[in-house]
Amino acid sequence: MSRDWPLWEVFIRSKGGLSHKHVGSVHAPDAELAVRHARDTYTRRLEGVSIWVVRSADITASDPAQAGEMFEPAESKVYRHPTFYDIPDAVGHM
Amino acid sequence: MYTTEFAKSDPKAPVPISKDDPALIAAFEGRVAADEFIEPKDWMPEAYRRTLVRQISQHAHSEIVGMLPEGNWLTRAPSLRRKAILLAKIQDEGGHGLYLYCAAETLGTSREEMIEALHAGKAKYSTIFNYPTLTWADIGAIGWLVDGAAIMNQVPLQRTSYGPYARAMVRVCKEESFHQRQGYEIMMVMANGTAEQKAMAQDALNRWWWPSLMMFGPPDDNSPNSAQSFRWRIKRDSNDELRQKFVDITVPQAEYLGLTVPDPDLRWNEAKGGYDFGAVDWEEFYAVVRGEGPVAKERMRARREAWDNGAWVREAADAHEAKRRARMAA
Repeated sequence: MSRDWPLWEVFIRSKGGLSHKHVGSVHAPDAELAVRHARDTYTRRLEGVSIWVVRSADITASDPAQAGEMFEPAESKVYRHPTFYDIPDAVGHM
Repeated sequence: MYTTEFAKSDPKAPVPISKDDPALIAAFEGRVAADEFIEPKDWMPEAYRRTLVRQISQHAHSEIVGMLPEGNWLTRAPSLRRKAILLAKIQDEGGHGLYLYCAAETLGTSREEMIEALHAGKAKYSTIFNYPTLTWADIGAIGWLVDGAAIMNQVPLQRTSYGPYARAMVRVCKEESFHQRQGYEIMMVMANGTAEQKAMAQDALNRWWWPSLMMFGPPDDNSPNSAQSFRWRIKRDSNDELRQKFVDITVPQAEYLGLTVPDPDLRWNEAKGGYDFGAVDWEEFYAVVRGEGPVAKERMRARREAWDNGAWVREAADAHEAKRRARMAA
């Protein structure tokens, strides 16, 4: 078994008004140090105004091998897109 | 900074027969050929995984070991400005190492395994760091030439087929440009300084030129892992192509400095639109790969000392976490 510190995934809000985005990961013994390590590792050039960290082990992911079945329901529903509908030019912008 | 990928084992050793399912391999090869990115939880052939773990961990080790020759000069930087810049560059190299270790860990290796392999002398890192930094001009030459060669190597890796490696490279490349420019600026100041300073700059170029050309790895006809890596889109340009590109871009930069590239065979070839240059001493390269570089032992000693001397910090962080957890439970 590895004696490494737990792995944390790092999410950064690059500026107000934008959502946090995944940027990478860090090892740290606890959440507080994970935030500090994330700052030193991922924001050396003003890349962020806010940091989230979450234990990598706490993330549940979909299975890439099942991606076909997983996302198939959306593939057959073109009518969910505005371009599916023909509106005459005379109606103007809609 | 960058490492070329070295096989630790004998390239002529028998290759184990793949136990991977041929249908899965075909699907994988199809995705790679279509320039799709492979992500950590996707199925991949064992050999692809092994090659990447080796290459990415060697690359990470190179970033970390690369901090050492420059760290030697922190206390002797000629001004506060230079010291602040050098410190920032060394921090970047540490950060690059961390991005890369994380990318390698997504393939199922642990940080601990990689660090232990490095400290036990079982892992390779770029040969360039086993040369000594004798004068301040070396810090200029490293930024200009070594980081310049690294950028040339790393730019195509931003499109390498393994997603986490490619993303790490995007971050690294974004940060690396400052490293080269600060190095060239040091060279400009010295080349335009006193006769003694200019001589130091020339001496640094003399010593770093050939090792920089070696950073692109062995010639194409003697690069055992290249064919497979090309097919898997891990590698996208050949060693010789990148080396030629580096020479073509760097020679005019040396001319601007008024310095002479230490290669009597160097001349412009109008027909090919590039420079012809002399033969690289590959015997020297392989000796350094085998760990016979001038300061190889010193580098590993410094690395192990840094790790051991930092043990109390890691232990304190662990103790603090344990104490807080105990309090929360109480």
